[in-house]
Amino acid sequence: MLQPLELTNLLSWLDTTLRDSMPVFWVLLIEFVLVAVALLAAYAILAIILIYAERKITAFFQARFGPNRVGIYGILQSIADVIKILLKEIIRINNVDRFLFFAAPFFMIVASMLTFGAIPFGKMLHAIDFNIGVLYVTAVSSLGIIGVLLAGWSSNNKYSMIGAMRSGAQFVSYELSAGFALMTIVVLTGTMSFSEMIAKQEFCWNIFNGHISSIIAFVIYLISGHAETNRGPFDLPEAESELTAGYHTEYSGLQFGFFYLAEYLNMFIIASIATTVFLGGWMPIQIPGLDGFNQVMWYIPSYAWFFGKTGVLIFLSLWVRWSFPRLRIDQLLNLEWKYLLPINLVNILIMVILVLAGLTLTDLFPVLAP
Amino acid sequence: MNSIITYFKGLFIGIKSLLFGMSVTWKELWTKKVTQQYPENRKTLVISDRFRCELTMPHDINNEHACTACGICQMNCPNGTINVLSAMIETEDGKKKKILDTYTWDMGMCTFCNLCVITCPSDAISFNNQFENAVFTRSKLVQTLNHKGSKLREKKKEVKPQSVPVVEDKLTSSKEQMIEPLVETKISTPSDKSIKNPKDNTTEN
Repeated sequence: MLQPLELTNLLSWLDTTLRDSMPVFWVLLIEFVLVAVALLAAYAILAIILIYAERKITAFFQARFGPNRVGIYGILQSIADVIKILLKEIIRINNVDRFLFFAAPFFMIVASMLTFGAIPFGKMLHAIDFNIGVLYVTAVSSLGIIGVLLAGWSSNNKYSMIGAMRSGAQFVSYELSAGFALMTIVVLTGTMSFSEMIAKQEFCWNIFNGHISSIIAFVIYLISGHAETNRGPFDLPEAESELTAGYHTEYSGLQFGFFYLAEYLNMFIIASIATTVFLGGWMPIQIPGLDGFNQVMWYIPSYAWFFGKTGVLIFLSLWVRWSFPRLRIDQLLNLEWKYLLPINLVNILIMVILVLAGLTLTDLFPVLAP
Repeated sequence: MNSIITYFKGLFIGIKSLLFGMSVTWKELWTKKVTQQYPENRKTLVISDRFRCELTMPHDINNEHACTACGICQMNCPNGTINVLSAMIETEDGKKKKILDTYTWDMGMCTFCNLCVITCPSDAISFNNQFENAVFTRSKLVQTLNHKGSKLREKKKEVKPQSVPVVEDKLTSSKEQMIEPLVETKISTPSDKSIKNPKDNTTEN
């Protein structure tokens, strides 16, 4: 297949030229630094784009225009906001646990950065390809809750504390559902590595491959992922009408910016994991036998496919956010423990039966297998 | 068994209502945007006819108005916003007559209650839709409503039978206008009494 816009050629050319001219140690060092810089830059740029997109889509859901004064269609609005937040004073609060107070935002940002590294953005655009990628992502993204709890605890403020505790209860509950939903797909694909998962979805995405069971797992993953990011109807850790701003009430300037950034990037990370696990990741839509069609699909670069699919899921999360009212804490826990978790456990069982009985789509129609 | 049925019933009813909610917001996404971008849309801006902005005294092409300087508007104004200064003149046939000298209205004091317009016996004043009234000093808010050199419109001596329906129309239309505002004004009447004293002072002037 011709892949004119892929970055694979550029990256392998860079690697070989570096290896030709200097020892392996320096090559690796340079490449590590390049990858880190690229990831950090992508992190910041994605956050800016997401904030703009969210404000615009939110406005459209409320029959408003959204930001439209700074730049054409307001595209420079979030850049202006970033400059503003960088210039703001970091206020020193009396009677806080200073070390924990300053450490908390870094827990948040580091947790989402670590997850960010393991996401396959496109063909060869994959910083670390663990053979236990799903487990790694689930484990590392859970670290963010420590930042939230530390922020609430160290702020010495009742609103922050209540917000952090609510967030803790919510996160621990929904992490379980998200984990089980991913486990369902691990049962289906038989691998935990993201790259192998994507390779197996060449002709049949996982969401179709496991039909009933996969779709239920997908919906449950979206709901629980949404709850983990403290957004939408699950935003009671920062319910502004009850808790002013929840766990980040006392933060200002760049420290608040870190929380804000991490929130948006967590939304992106949840959407991108859902894309990779359920919707074929960066793999273009392909139909076995139709080589011409497949070739046309490959002309669209893999990273465009990835960001397109992720964008659809992010739009879905915004749609949900602006449709439903906020849940009460008992309703929230009801939803998780009485509905999502039992359904999820039954769902895994169904998936095991589907796989063992050979009822998945790739088993029924071998032509769909990669 | 019953509890199992209610469990699944609740689950599916919940999913159905959530999907219905999402369909509502999906439709809302494509509706026309309601934001009015004010300074840009001045040409197409629509202000409701009943919106009261500026008190005016309509003058016709002969620079004539309908104000007889009776002072009823001044008496009815709860804030003492209106000040009607009259002058006595002698008409050609030797009668003394009170005419309007200056009609001043202080927008800074006005609550736009419309009482003056309702009570005016000769429909001489009305509120217009000119809402951009910001000025730099408070003294600019005080306006003189009668134009320079304007005078009272002479009443037609005899009302012809043909013109009667026209007059009736006017009356009914003015009554229609009155009906709704009158209900509103009932609320403002108690405060009327409390501010009576300053108002009496102004009438003496």
